[in-house]
Amino acid sequence: MQILVQGHSTYCYTGGRPFDPQKPTALFIHGVLHDHSVWILQTRYLAHHGWNVLALDLPGHGRSAGEPPASVEQAADFVAELMQAAGLAKAALIGHSWGSLIALEAAARLKDCISHAALVGTAFPMRVSAALLEAAQNEPLKAIAMINQFSRSTLAPPPSVLGPGTWVDGASIALNKRILASNRQFNLLHRGFVACDRYDRGLAAIEELTCPLLFVLGQVDQMTPLKAAQGLIAHARARGQSVEVASVPVGHHEMAEAPEATLAALRGFLASRHQRSV
Amino acid sequence: MPGYLDPGFDTLALHAGASPDPSTGARAVPIHLSTSFVFESSEQAASLFNLERAGHVYSRISNPTNAVLEQRISALEGGIGAIATASGQAALHLAIATLLDAGSHIVASSAIYGGSHNLLHYTLRRFGIETTFVAPSDLQAWRAALRPNTRLLFGETVGNPGLDVLDIAAVADIAHGAGVPLLVDSTLTSPWLLKPLEHGADLVYHSATKFLSGHGTVIGGLVVDGGSFDWQASGRFTQLSEAYAGFHDMVFTEESTVGAFLLRARREGLRDFGACMSPHTAWLILQGLETLPLRMARHMGNTEKVVEFLSAQAMVARVRHPMLASHPSHALAQRLLPRGAGSVFSFDLKGSRAQGAAFVDALKVFSHLANVGDCRSLVIHPASTTHFRMDDAALAAAGIAQGTIRLSIGLEDPADLIDDLRRALKAAEKAGG
Repeated sequence: MQILVQGHSTYCYTGGRPFDPQKPTALFIHGVLHDHSVWILQTRYLAHHGWNVLALDLPGHGRSAGEPPASVEQAADFVAELMQAAGLAKAALIGHSWGSLIALEAAARLKDCISHAALVGTAFPMRVSAALLEAAQNEPLKAIAMINQFSRSTLAPPPSVLGPGTWVDGASIALNKRILASNRQFNLLHRGFVACDRYDRGLAAIEELTCPLLFVLGQVDQMTPLKAAQGLIAHARARGQSVEVASVPVGHHEMAEAPEATLAALRGFLASRHQRSV
Repeated sequence: MPGYLDPGFDTLALHAGASPDPSTGARAVPIHLSTSFVFESSEQAASLFNLERAGHVYSRISNPTNAVLEQRISALEGGIGAIATASGQAALHLAIATLLDAGSHIVASSAIYGGSHNLLHYTLRRFGIETTFVAPSDLQAWRAALRPNTRLLFGETVGNPGLDVLDIAAVADIAHGAGVPLLVDSTLTSPWLLKPLEHGADLVYHSATKFLSGHGTVIGGLVVDGGSFDWQASGRFTQLSEAYAGFHDMVFTEESTVGAFLLRARREGLRDFGACMSPHTAWLILQGLETLPLRMARHMGNTEKVVEFLSAQAMVARVRHPMLASHPSHALAQRLLPRGAGSVFSFDLKGSRAQGAAFVDALKVFSHLANVGDCRSLVIHPASTTHFRMDDAALAAAGIAQGTIRLSIGLEDPADLIDDLRRALKAAEKAGG
């Protein structure tokens, strides 16, 4: 479905079910050079199991118009406006990679309007190497090859986003290229990476949260290594916040290389907190 | 950076899609000869049927052994996924039936496999899908053949029988300019020689019966999606971009930005047409793929020697292989096929149809049969077999002479192949009186 936000049409996948704000809402936020489709095996399930699902294409990405966010904070503001435009008083936020920082920041800003925050493949700070930033700016196809090499963990992924016979690495590269090509005005790869690299409010955002947190982390993730999320986890625990951590035996393609484990973590987290949060 | 996470072609040919079996430790890919797979629960069963979760239900739709093959060919071709089918013809039909309806139109190379020509020219016409055939090298003819209802351009990496090399990038540009995809039959070259997706093709298919399996033991096909064609933006493929009542009103382009074709091809095409591959066949093709790089290198080495030998024989009027400067596709082949333009080619004997038959009958190492891409060397005389009903004019139109011989060069000692051909040439000479 398309929702008008900030004067621009924003695409949200609803998981094959009609949009229904009467149900608890799960709002999914993708990472750099991704779109709603990376969540297919999590969103479709939740949409058919009691959740009102919105998996967005960030502004300027894929099917969404508008200027792509230049910062995590800008994207978080967009999430707030999207919820308002969609008439959502409350939602669970689930983000991957860059989207996890957006989910964290939005949850901090929206406080009680957010029932849960699930951060998949996250890190703070989410530094991007100078070499990768340089490649993203000047040789984006080379950078796409690099990030997919860093992201994958196996040559034998299980049945995935297209069912059995999916070559996850190829599907990820094809999606990256498609999203890059979806915006001729902005280099979405470089812009997204810069936003990740410059975000410095991670610990402050944790302190402002009022909702429970789930971390879904790839055990062999080279993009956002397992250890790079530990600061956020420790900080949240030190503040007495509710924190769950699920580690999945893959790299940065958690949703595609470990779709069942990722879904199980999300499903358990959302269900266990459901009674208290809606 | 070489290694497990950025492997080369030879490593992918052995490892892509397969890891040691977690339940038994088996290192080789197990053959899952099971029609169906037990559900963990009623809830899981329902979610599998509704594509909420990914997994195996019934082997007509998917099978764990087939899935390894599908991942492996995808990795080797640079695709996003693949579907294994009962034959190469089934793969071609699956691609077309997924994308085209009655009233649609195809532009195809005229230099294609006879079985594909039959499907396009005769059979699909019966179902309301028309095809215009054009010379593969005539780019203006490709453009001129486009119609408002054109939905697909189709060609072979190297054409039949003259080995005309398809300028994939140029034809892909024409296709994309018209908002339609380019489908390429890559059977005769295999990804070791050429990866059409890297040159702009959108879909690739193989008769895996040939070089991929490599041993002349099984019939099978594979269709690979490059994930590059934007079905939504094209606006011409409502089968993928609008709700499909036959599958929960699913809009395939919303479910997957890059994989809508594969979603519908499997969920409708395999479900309804049912031309699936046997897991045993998939296993045999996997066995073949594991040695594809080694075999293709030997195929090409032997071919080079045989072409050189035949080119120097007085009884041979013409050898048609792009490695020769005399071939019209020589320059294009140098660019697209630096490792060689395949080991299936034809040459023309001087003399009559009877001399052609005598040549074939005298061969002992080459096997006279209707197949290509075997590890054994093969031969056929089209004028007395596959094209025997044609008169001289019809043969000429098809690029075939009375003395045309088609060879598929195998993996034997090249000296033995050349000796066999030398003796057969003498027999043909004698048959001419």
